[in-house]
Amino acid sequence: MVKPTEGAVVTQQEPLKKLAEVRDLNFYYGHNHALKNINMPIYEKKVTALIGPSGCGKTTLLRCFNRMHDLYPGNRYEGQILLGADQPRNLLEMDPIEVRMQIGMVFQKPNPFPKSIYENIVYGLRVRGIKDKAILDEVMERSLRNAALWDEVKDRLKEPGTSLSGGQQQRLCIARALATDPKIILFDEPTSALDPIATVNIENLIVELKDQVTILIVTHNMQQAIRVSQFTAFMYLGELVEFNDTMSIFTKPVEQKTADYVSGRFG
Amino acid sequence: MAEGSSSIKTNLPLVLPSRTARIWRERIIASVLFLAAISSVLITLVIIYILFSETVIFFEKVIELDQMSLWQALLEFFTGTDWSPLIEPLGIGILPLLSGTLTTCFVALFVAVPLGTIAAIYLSEFAPAKVREVLKPILEILAGIPTVVYGYFALLVITPVLQKIILGVQQFLFPGREEWDYFQLPGFNMLGAGISVGLMVLPYICSLVEDALQAVPLELREGSYAMGATRIQTALSVLIPAAVSGIVAAYILGFSRAVGETMIVAVAAGLQPKFTFNPLEGAATTTAFIVSVSLGDLPHGSLEYQSIFAAGIMLFLATLFMNVLGYFLSRRYREVY
Repeated sequence: MVKPTEGAVVTQQEPLKKLAEVRDLNFYYGHNHALKNINMPIYEKKVTALIGPSGCGKTTLLRCFNRMHDLYPGNRYEGQILLGADQPRNLLEMDPIEVRMQIGMVFQKPNPFPKSIYENIVYGLRVRGIKDKAILDEVMERSLRNAALWDEVKDRLKEPGTSLSGGQQQRLCIARALATDPKIILFDEPTSALDPIATVNIENLIVELKDQVTILIVTHNMQQAIRVSQFTAFMYLGELVEFNDTMSIFTKPVEQKTADYVSGRFG
Repeated sequence: MAEGSSSIKTNLPLVLPSRTARIWRERIIASVLFLAAISSVLITLVIIYILFSETVIFFEKVIELDQMSLWQALLEFFTGTDWSPLIEPLGIGILPLLSGTLTTCFVALFVAVPLGTIAAIYLSEFAPAKVREVLKPILEILAGIPTVVYGYFALLVITPVLQKIILGVQQFLFPGREEWDYFQLPGFNMLGAGISVGLMVLPYICSLVEDALQAVPLELREGSYAMGATRIQTALSVLIPAAVSGIVAAYILGFSRAVGETMIVAVAAGLQPKFTFNPLEGAATTTAFIVSVSLGDLPHGSLEYQSIFAAGIMLFLATLFMNVLGYFLSRRYREVY
C-alpha cells in the first residue's frame, strides 16, 4: 500500500485539487470481502485509471462511487468515499439517487435507451423534472457537441438511439452522462465492446473531456491507461497495491506486483 | 510431456457399426421426430377443414329453407342482427353473438390489462425477493382454477355486489324513488361475466408482462438508475418501452383467451343472443351459444347442429386475426438489443 507521493503532486504544473477521497473502504458481496481497505484520492479534472487483472475489484470499486451495488440485496459498504472539495460528504451515507445525479456512468456495452437520440440525451433532465423545451434543446445540443457526435446526428435526432453504430452509441451514452453536468463520470471499460477506430475516438474524447469533468476509468488495457489517464491505481485481489501518477506507475513502479503486472509478467 | 501423452493412449475399437445400419437408424429416428412435429399441424388442418365444410353445409341448408341466394345468405350472416337458427323464422345474423363476445372481452381486458400490467411491474421491479416468491405461485394457482368456478363466482359474488353498487349509486344520485323505479342489473349480465373473465386472464397477462420486463437487459436497467432515475421512472420510461413487444404479445394472448372463454360466459352472461354492446345487459357470446346448443340432443346434420360450426368459424377467424395482429405488432416494436 503506497500513499500518493508528494513527488507526484509536485511534478504537476497546476496545483491538484482533491474532488473525492476514498477512505478505508471495505466492500462485501454477502460474505465475499471484495474490497479491502481502499484509500485513494480522486483529483479534480483529471483522469484516474483503475487497472489490474480480472476479478481484482476495479469494477466493484468504480460501482461504489455511484452506489450501483445498492440495487442488489446483500451488498455492504464500510468506510467512506468523501465527495466535494470544500465540504466533503460521505457519499456512502447519502441518498443513492442524489449520488447518481452528481456522478454519471458509462457502461462496458453501449446501452442507449429504447428512445429517440434526443430523448436519450435529455433523459437525465427529464428524471429531474425539467420540462422547459428551451433548456432541453440547449443541453441536448451542448452535450452532443461535447461528445463529438453533434455533426453526425443533428439531422436525425428523432431516430432511435439504437439505430446508431456501436461507437456512436457509446458516444451517445457519454453525451447522456454529460447532459446532467456531473462532478465525476465513471467509465467501466468503455471501449471493450468497440472496434479499434471507435476505441480511438472514445479515447480522444476522454482526453478532451478531462478539462470539463473528473473521470474515473476502469480498463484492462494498459496502453489505454497510459494514453488517457494522469493517475493510475493498480489493484490486486481486492486491494489497492499502488496509486501514483500514470507515468510513475508504468515507468518506475514502487511495488514488485505493479512492476510484474505493467511489464506483462502476469495478469 | 511425451511420456504423459503416451500413457493417456487407450485401445479404441477400430470396428465401427455398419454404415448402412447407422444411416437407416438415423432415418427412422428422423421420421419419428418428423411425425411428432407434423401431427399438430395436421390436426389443425383437419379442424379447419371440418369447420369450413360444415359451415358450407349450414349455408346450403339456409338457402334451401329460406329460398335465398348464397350472396343474400352471406349478407344476412354478416350484417343481420337476429340470431335464431333454432326457431322459425330463421335469423342467421352472427352480429349478436359477436357483440356479446366483444363486449365481454373488452370488459375483461379493461380489468386485466391495467391490473395485470401494474401487478407485473410491482413483481418485477418493486417486490422484495421474498414477496415475489410468495406472490408468483399464488398467481399461478389462480390460472389453474377451473373456469366454471369463475363462472359461478361471477354469478354468485360479482353480480350481486355489482347490483348493490349500481343501485346504491342511483339512490345517491337520484334519491327519493321507490327501489323498483331504479335500473336493476339483471342476474345474467356481461359486466359481471366480463370482470370474471378478466380475473381469469389476469394471471396470464401478469406473468407474460413480467417475463417481458425481466427479459430487458441489465445494462438498460442499470443505465437508467445510473442517470439518477427512481424505480418507477425506470419502469415507465425505459423498461416498458424496451419490453413493448412482449407486453403487446401478452395483451393479444389475453384477448385470445378471453374470446375463446366458454364456461364463465355460459354460466354468468346469459344465453339469449342479443345485439348489444351494453355490458349491463345479458347476452350470449359465441362460445356460450355453442355450449348451450350442444347441451341438448342435437341430431347430426340438422340446422341447429350446423349452426354450431358457423358460429365456431367466426370464433376461429377472430382469434386467428388477433394472433396474426399480435405477431405483426410484436415484430413491429421488437427491440434489438
